[in-house]
Amino acid sequence: MAMTTATTEITGTAPPADDRSNQPVAFKTRDVCVFYGDKQALFDVDLDINENQVTALIGPSGCGKSTYLRCLNRMNDTIDICRVTGKIELHGGDIYDKAVDVVHLRARVGMVFQKPNPFPKSIYDNVAYGPRIHGIATTKAETDEVVHNSLKKAGLLKEVADRLDQPGTGLSGGQQQRLCIARAIAVQPEVILMDEPCSALDPIATARIEELIDELRDQFTIVIVTHSMQQAARVSQRTAFFHLGDLVEVGDTSKIFNSPEDQRTQDYITGRFG
Amino acid sequence: MTENNKHIVKEFDSELRRLDNLIAELGGLAERQLADSIDALVRRNAERAQEIVSADERLDDLERQIDHLGIDMLIRRQPMANDLRLVIAALKTASILERIGDYAKNIAKRTVALSQLPNVGSVRSVVRMADRTQTQIKVALDAYLNRDPDLAEDVRASDQEIDSLHTSLFRELLTYMMEDPRNITACTHLLFVAKNLERMGDHATSVAENLLFLVHGASPVDARPKRDAAHYTVIEPKNNESE
Repeated sequence: MAMTTATTEITGTAPPADDRSNQPVAFKTRDVCVFYGDKQALFDVDLDINENQVTALIGPSGCGKSTYLRCLNRMNDTIDICRVTGKIELHGGDIYDKAVDVVHLRARVGMVFQKPNPFPKSIYDNVAYGPRIHGIATTKAETDEVVHNSLKKAGLLKEVADRLDQPGTGLSGGQQQRLCIARAIAVQPEVILMDEPCSALDPIATARIEELIDELRDQFTIVIVTHSMQQAARVSQRTAFFHLGDLVEVGDTSKIFNSPEDQRTQDYITGRFG
Repeated sequence: MTENNKHIVKEFDSELRRLDNLIAELGGLAERQLADSIDALVRRNAERAQEIVSADERLDDLERQIDHLGIDMLIRRQPMANDLRLVIAALKTASILERIGDYAKNIAKRTVALSQLPNVGSVRSVVRMADRTQTQIKVALDAYLNRDPDLAEDVRASDQEIDSLHTSLFRELLTYMMEDPRNITACTHLLFVAKNLERMGDHATSVAENLLFLVHGASPVDARPKRDAAHYTVIEPKNNESE
């Protein structure tokens, strides 16, 4: 009986490290170095942030992930001794160009911090503040609409609809963080940067934020710094691992957490570090 | 940072070692069950065969222990990367080894029946096929426990030898049955024994493939060589009924 003998060679066992290269890119960063005085905190980081995806930045404390995140909306400008070199483009435009208005940039690239930091104002004014100063909403009707829509998108409207005049600081931690997200999206940003947005929240509030992140990525590009690898695995499509100021590896989240290429990534995510 | 590759949480390392030890124990038992079942078959020893049937409980118990430990590790350690692959591979491999044990148990059950029937010559061929299967299982386990992808590839490539033996044994048994209908009962049992051995060979290949997944992060996607043609085998009776 005639038999065919197939080859036993393993082909294509591992998917390519970055198979989302066709995705449109929001941020293109090349050779990014950051110095705090004489100390170099980031070394030649080349990283693309894809549009409408969640990119998670992971790595041990001091690895440079937050430093990198803060380059993306020039938050590092607020630190006198901080110097950034290299190229950071948002949709093709150099964000470190002298002509760039940093206030406008930070409206395009919003930020949510580790600790919820609502303004000491009403819930309504927390959300209305940005649209007012950026001229997005001028009339009362416009402002009402943008506040309503932003709170709705942030999944908070139902919980606060009857107390919009109450102080934002009176909300629970998870609600305050969603208020901060509503405040960030009220100015219609292209990108939302999140610096450990759930580290001060309980698991239920965390789950709500994660669900929200997943919904928001339809409209926004999201970059999240997280210490929780499980969170990175849950919420992101791409994961970048930083170590000692180097971008060690970036790729599909499932690939990074199943079979990372670099031994340092493997050691970190499996808890063999240090 | 990669010094001796230990986890920060030391207990995690000992749990991973324990998973391997349990797989080694289960694999060793499955090998022994196969060897014993063939020995009982050759010696037509129904009593020994019954003991093999009873001993299967130990394999079931070990599989449960591995399941329990693996699930517990998934819950408590939330393993990633090679650790995650190791737990997944161990869970899959335990289930395969337990299945190999089931096939050995089935051979033992058939041995009880065969010991009451007239001997047929094909037992020698069954032994040859069983020896080959035994080697495949042993090498697959060695490959798994030593994390040896080259050896695992050898296992994948060699399974076709068992397939060929199965095909020829199938033909042989059909011939015996046609020669003398009194052989039919014994030959039918031996056909199932042969089929069990062929399945065990496939399972050994699966153990090897689990190791390849563990090492490479993905299972092999190419078709492995197969030579089992028993499915398509037709043997015409020699005496024609032309009148």
